[in-house]
Amino acid sequence: MSEAVPVPEAHADVEHHAAHHHGPPTSFIRKYIFSIDHKVIGIQYLLLALFSVFVGLIMSVLMRMNLTWPDHKWPLLGSLFKVGAPGGQMSPEFYLSLVTMHGTIMVFFVLTTAPQGGFGNYFLPIQIGAEDMAFPVLNMLSFWITFVGLVVLVSAIFVEGSAAFSVSINPNSAIAKWVAKYLEGGGSGTVGPIGGWTGYPTLSALGKIAGPGQGAGVTLWITSIAIFCVASLLGALNFITTLLNMRTRGMALMRMPLTCWSWFTTAILALLSFPVLLAGGILLLLDRHAGTSFFIPGGLVVSDKLLTSHAGGSPILWQHLFWFFGHPEVYIAILPGMGATSHILSTFARKPIFGYRAMVFAMFAIGLLGFFVWGHHMFISGMSPYSGMAFSVLTLSIGVPSAIKTFNWLGTLWGARIRFTVPMLFAIGFVSLFVAGGITGLVLGQTSLDLSMHDTYFVLGHFHLVMGVAAIFGMFAGMYFWFPKMFGRMMNQTLGYIHFWPTFIGVYAIFIPMHVMGLVGMPRRYASFAEYQFLTKTHPLVMLVTIAAIITAFTQLIFLFNFFWSIFKGPKASDNPWEATTLEWTTTTPPPHDNFGGKLPTVYRGAYEFAVPDAPDDYVMQTTPDATEANVAADGDGHTGQGSTGNGHDGHH
Amino acid sequence: MGMTATTETRAHSAVKDKGLGFGGPRPNGNGGRRGPNGGDDSGGTGYEGAQFRIGAWVLVAAVLMFFVAFTSAYMFRASMSDFVVLKLPRLLWLSTTLILVSSVTFEVARRAQRRGDDAIYRLWLAVSLALGCGFLVSQLLAWRQLVAQGVYFPTNPFSSFFYLLTGLHGIHLLGGILGLVYLLWRALRDARELRELRESATKKRRALTDAVGLYWHFMDGLWVYLFALLLFWR
Repeated sequence: MSEAVPVPEAHADVEHHAAHHHGPPTSFIRKYIFSIDHKVIGIQYLLLALFSVFVGLIMSVLMRMNLTWPDHKWPLLGSLFKVGAPGGQMSPEFYLSLVTMHGTIMVFFVLTTAPQGGFGNYFLPIQIGAEDMAFPVLNMLSFWITFVGLVVLVSAIFVEGSAAFSVSINPNSAIAKWVAKYLEGGGSGTVGPIGGWTGYPTLSALGKIAGPGQGAGVTLWITSIAIFCVASLLGALNFITTLLNMRTRGMALMRMPLTCWSWFTTAILALLSFPVLLAGGILLLLDRHAGTSFFIPGGLVVSDKLLTSHAGGSPILWQHLFWFFGHPEVYIAILPGMGATSHILSTFARKPIFGYRAMVFAMFAIGLLGFFVWGHHMFISGMSPYSGMAFSVLTLSIGVPSAIKTFNWLGTLWGARIRFTVPMLFAIGFVSLFVAGGITGLVLGQTSLDLSMHDTYFVLGHFHLVMGVAAIFGMFAGMYFWFPKMFGRMMNQTLGYIHFWPTFIGVYAIFIPMHVMGLVGMPRRYASFAEYQFLTKTHPLVMLVTIAAIITAFTQLIFLFNFFWSIFKGPKASDNPWEATTLEWTTTTPPPHDNFGGKLPTVYRGAYEFAVPDAPDDYVMQTTPDATEANVAADGDGHTGQGSTGNGHDGHH
Repeated sequence: MGMTATTETRAHSAVKDKGLGFGGPRPNGNGGRRGPNGGDDSGGTGYEGAQFRIGAWVLVAAVLMFFVAFTSAYMFRASMSDFVVLKLPRLLWLSTTLILVSSVTFEVARRAQRRGDDAIYRLWLAVSLALGCGFLVSQLLAWRQLVAQGVYFPTNPFSSFFYLLTGLHGIHLLGGILGLVYLLWRALRDARELRELRESATKKRRALTDAVGLYWHFMDGLWVYLFALLLFWR
């Protein structure tokens, strides 16, 4: 059989193709909708987050307006939400449902989605020199499951608002009956679920009998979170496998950009924390729909009725499960921002990142410690003082790796000839906000202080600064930095500066006064403070915060305009407009379908070789071979102990 | 549980290479998918398949955390005063036997594949699949026995946890069964088309088998753990 040789070859090629080497798709749907290209999926995630962040932003402005002018009637609001804002005046339930939806949308569909799913998806494979993620189809599924989660969450507003859940299909059909049963016969006359993003039982576990805002909307809210958990898990699996398996030649772990380390750490956190939330969500749904008593204690009197159908459960159990997820979630939101900030600071300070190795270990330390501090959200749940003490000490100890990172950022900036580009400003803003928000974490982490500050505006100010706005600044920095690579055009600098300064000052004007309100004793999640005499003197502050919030919100329209305008009209970007060193800047702008045009790069050095003496430019790309090192490599592995492990080179100045 | 799979992963994955302190460019663990370790970049056709093994380990970690969460909920709930323990159906011992044996038969199949003995591989794969399905049937029958005794999902906390844990384990095992079906389908296809597989394709086949095997053994161990939890933690 003379043909014997080519035949198996052809078969092997089939195997090969089926597995990975997907060519660029041609149809619109395969290219832009159900794409398996990590770059398209990354942009899809970013657009989903962009939509979500504006929904969440509008909700927060509505809340501020209600707090500041509680008696004012807003006709537009009244015509949009006939149930929630009759005559244009918000009902307290409507306010609470805004709290819930704002929190859930922001935490899950913005802070978890954009930094990891968006930027991570786009740049992790490119920065490690891979053609795509390890499981491209799974990647596509992750996005579309996230999308379904968002649709379900948004629908929670509408089913809760309608007096009876009506689907456009035959109401007597089995599906309609099942859906109606699942949604407990429809909403309860408010707009959206009102349990907050933490959804504490017992009220959230009881269903409609617990009052308005605890009916169908909460069911959909939990369902949405469960769907999101699955999507995040699939994404995390993909990230970890890609990073471990698909680094290109020479891309040793300690040569990776810090962004990759941050996405990797984040993926590990997501992998280990989301299953716990999923478990809690399943138990909560079972309590609501299957008559179990995981979270519902006996002897409850709800709406003047004694509940006899449940007994023996513990609402504290939910808090444990929720916060075991919830605290790592905080780091899921912030770690990618830390990675992007390190990356961008080093690039525009034109200096190697100070203490590369310490940065990596600090990131892992934060991630690890993050799993042992969930109890600090529950200091007033009646836990033993000894547990409280342990949680408190562990919480405060996170200050150590956080300080390491902060000082390393400052060390990177120290004595540098800084290029104050827009991404650089946002990265410096990140450091500022992280410090300002993190420092109050040391206050709240102490049991004695937390007892009085728990659930006040102090907490609100703290976590919005450190996990909300700081993470958002990380995203802005990343967006301005990577926009040229993603869309092939530069964003407008001037508009960028006009976006930065009001935003930077605005967020401080919003969240610093909240600390003061909290110290005065203003509680979270109250729709109105008109009845509380002791809070009247805070009214000027409330007004200040609201005005700052409105101005800051409108400033974001500048970003929105800049973003879409620059996609089409911005000046063309070169392959490496920032003179950066990592692999995404070695390929064309925007990158081809397989990222590197068929030839994967080889990496010879660490990610942050700036200010290199004797280099023709002041930086050396990761792919640039060093004359002597190349010889060493050619000779074999004789000199493995010396040479450049790459990063830091703290001696280069 | 999955010891051989462990060794394989170590040998092939990037984990072994911490990349600390070497000079010139070398492939990381395996240089992406471009050929075997140290292969050139000019378009080798080698296929590592390591991502299936790594992916399986990562998946196992996630599923483990899922059940760790339920375990802690179970222990928490079991410490409350109204917790009563029911007598478990004896049929569960049959389930346990079936799934333990299925792990052994899978291992027989996997070793046959290593040797290149594809007929034996297919046979024992099918046996493992049958045993897995038998496990699920046995679990369902155990449920029916409890239902016949009037023990339902919301009857008491223990019954809630019993149905929940067995049900969720069953759902996850169903994923393993799909994996076995997929392996069997691939094996039958290869047999029908009389493929002469090149080394790269063989590697991928083995990696897939290892990945499914890891998950299957994990499901086995998970069941033994859950059974022990329900039997002894009271």
